Amino acid sequence: MLPECRAGSPVCTWSLASLSRLESRDLNDRQTCTGDRKAEDYMWSRANQLFCWASPLLPCCWCQVSRFCPPRKSCYDWIGPPDKCSNLRPVHFYIPENESPLEQKLRELRQETQEWNQQFWANQNLTFRKEKEEFIHSRLKAKGLGLRAESGQKATLNAEEMADFYKEFLSKNFQKHMYYNRDWYKRNFAITYFMGKVALEKIWNKLRLKQKKTIN
Amino acid sequence: MAASPHTLSSRLLTGWVGGCVWYLERRAMQESPHKFMHLFRNINKQWITFQHFNFLKRMYVTQLNRSLNQQVKPKPEPVTSPFLEKISSGQAKAEVHELRPISPPSLPLSRKANEKELIELESASVIEASIDVGNATKEEKQWKEMKLHVDDLPGILARLSKIKLTALVVSTTSAGFALAPGPFDWPCFLLTLLGTGLASCAANSINQFFEVPFDSNMNRTKNRPLVRGQISPLLAVSFATCCALPGVALLTWGVNPLTGALGVFNIFLYTCCYTPLKRISIANTWVGAVVGAIPPVMGWTAATGCLDAGAFLLGGILYSWQFPHFNALSWGLREDYSRGGYCMMSVTHPALCRRVALRHCLALIGLSTAAPILDVTTWTFPVISLPINLYISYLGFRFYRDADRKSSRKLFFCSLWHLPLFLLLMLTCKQPPGGGSDKGEPQS
Repeated sequence: MLPECRAGSPVCTWSLASLSRLESRDLNDRQTCTGDRKAEDYMWSRANQLFCWASPLLPCCWCQVSRFCPPRKSCYDWIGPPDKCSNLRPVHFYIPENESPLEQKLRELRQETQEWNQQFWANQNLTFRKEKEEFIHSRLKAKGLGLRAESGQKATLNAEEMADFYKEFLSKNFQKHMYYNRDWYKRNFAITYFMGKVALEKIWNKLRLKQKKTIN
Repeated sequence: MAASPHTLSSRLLTGWVGGCVWYLERRAMQESPHKFMHLFRNINKQWITFQHFNFLKRMYVTQLNRSLNQQVKPKPEPVTSPFLEKISSGQAKAEVHELRPISPPSLPLSRKANEKELIELESASVIEASIDVGNATKEEKQWKEMKLHVDDLPGILARLSKIKLTALVVSTTSAGFALAPGPFDWPCFLLTLLGTGLASCAANSINQFFEVPFDSNMNRTKNRPLVRGQISPLLAVSFATCCALPGVALLTWGVNPLTGALGVFNIFLYTCCYTPLKRISIANTWVGAVVGAIPPVMGWTAATGCLDAGAFLLGGILYSWQFPHFNALSWGLREDYSRGGYCMMSVTHPALCRRVALRHCLALIGLSTAAPILDVTTWTFPVISLPINLYISYLGFRFYRDADRKSSRKLFFCSLWHLPLFLLLMLTCKQPPGGGSDKGEPQS
C-alpha cells in the first residue's frame, strides 16, 4: 500500500515509517483524504509535514525538504525556487494514477539524480564558502588586519588577492569535478533516453486505444 | 521497503542528527502516542487542503480555541537554518562535517530526554514553524507548475537557442558572404543565413542541455529555460535536432556541400569538444575561438564554393577577436568559474590570460594589414581601421598591465563595438571586382 520508498530520501523512509505506525487505520478512511488524491500522495504529503515539523531540529539544509504540496487537481510536476545551498531548483514529481513501470523508473531516476545533484552542489558551495572565509581570515591575519574594517563592515580582500584562492580551490576539486561530470553526463543521457521511451509509449498507447475504438 | 523502519532511519540520517530524530520518533510513538494521535485526528477534521502552512496555522490557532493541551511555551532561541545567512567558518566547519556521509552510526541511545523536554521541543518547533508560515507561503508562491504553455514556447525556445548570440553569428556569416568575391546571389545568401542560424540554434540548445547544474550555479546563466524547468530536456534535444537537420540539409543541398560540412563540424566542435572541455582544460578557449571563426568562413565558402586565402583571413580575424572578448569577460567571473569547476585561463593562468588577450589585439592590426595583400580589401582598409585597432590594443595593454576589473570591463565592452565596426569598414573597403585596379593596370 505504501509507495516504493527511495533509499536516501529522508522524507520518504523516516517519515513514512513513523506514519505507517501512526495512521495505518487512516489509510482506508477516504474521508480524511482531500478530493481524489490517492493514498500514496496523501502519505507523501503527510510525510513531508511530519518531516518539516522536525526539520528545524536538523541543522543541515540538505535534509530540509520543501513544505510545498501541489494543488490536488494538478497532474504535472512542480518546480520550486533555487535551493539556498545548492542553487538547484527542486522538482516535486507527480505520480499518475496508472503509472507504468517505465514511467516509475524514469521518475525514480529523476528523483535520485535530483538528490545526488543536490548533495553534490550543496556540499561544493558550502565547502567553497567555508574555505573562502578561512582564506580571507588567514590573509587578513598575515597582513595584520582585523576581521572588521574601521567602518565596522566585514573586511574583504580584492579580486586579485582572491585569485590565489580561486586557483587553488579549482585545482583541489579538479578530480572531484571529473567524476561528477562523467556521472552527470551519464545520468542526463539516461533521463532523456527514458523520457523519449515514455513519450513513445504514451503515443503508442494512444494509437492502440484509437485503433480499438475504431474497431469497436 | 521490507526493512524495519529503524534501520532505515539510522541509515539515512547520519550522526547524532539521525540519532536525535530517531530517538524523537521512538519517544513520539511510545511515550505520547495519544497526544500525537489526538493532534493528527483534529488536524484531519479541519483539513481542507494539504497546504502545509494551513496545517500549522490551524493547529496553532484552532487548538488554542478548543482549549487543548497547547501550553504557551516561552519562545526558544530561533532555530534558523545556518545556511540562509552568511556563516562563520567555525559553524561552517560543523555543518560541513555533518554533510559528509558516514557509515551507519552507533545511535546515542543514552540520550535521555524526559517527556517535558520532548513536549517543549515539539511546541518549540510548532511555534517556530508557525512563525515560518509567512515564509512558507511566500516560498510556495515561487513553485511553478511544469506545464508547457504554447504561448510561452517561442520565448522559451529563443532563450534556449541563445537567439542574440545566434544573431551575431549570422551577422558574421553575412559579412563573410558579402566580403567574398563574385556576384552577390540573394537566394544563396538567404539560404546561408537561414542554415547557419538553424545550426547555431541547435548547437546552443545542446550546450544548455549539457550544462544545467552548472548554469544553475552561475549568476550569468541561472535564468536559462532548462534551469528554470520551463522546458524538458527531451524537448530541448528534440528542438536541437529539428534545427540541426534542416539547417545542415539547407546548407548542404541549398548552398554547397562544403558549407554543409563546415556547419556539421562546427556543431560537433561546439557541443562535443568545447562544452565538455570547459571543465577539463583551458584549451577550451582556443577551441571556442575556432568555433567563432568558422561562421564567416562558411559565409565565404557559400559565396565562392572554396576555402581560399580570404576565407582563412576572415576566420583568422574572428579567431583573434575572440580572445580579448572572452578573456576580458572571464576576468570578472573567476569566483563563479572556480566554484563551478570551470577550467578557464583567468582562474588557472591569469598572466597567460592577459598576455593572450593583448597578443591577439595586436594580431588584429596585422590581419587588417594582410587583407589588401590577399586582395580582400583595398589598402584604405588598414589605414582607416588603425584607430579602432590601436584603441583596442591600448585597452588590451591596460588590461595586461593593470589586471583589474575596471580594465577588463573596458576591454570587453570595447570588443562589443569593435567587431561590427571592423567588419563594416572591411565591407566598405572591399576590393572591387576586377581586383588590382588600384595597382594601375589597364582594364580590358
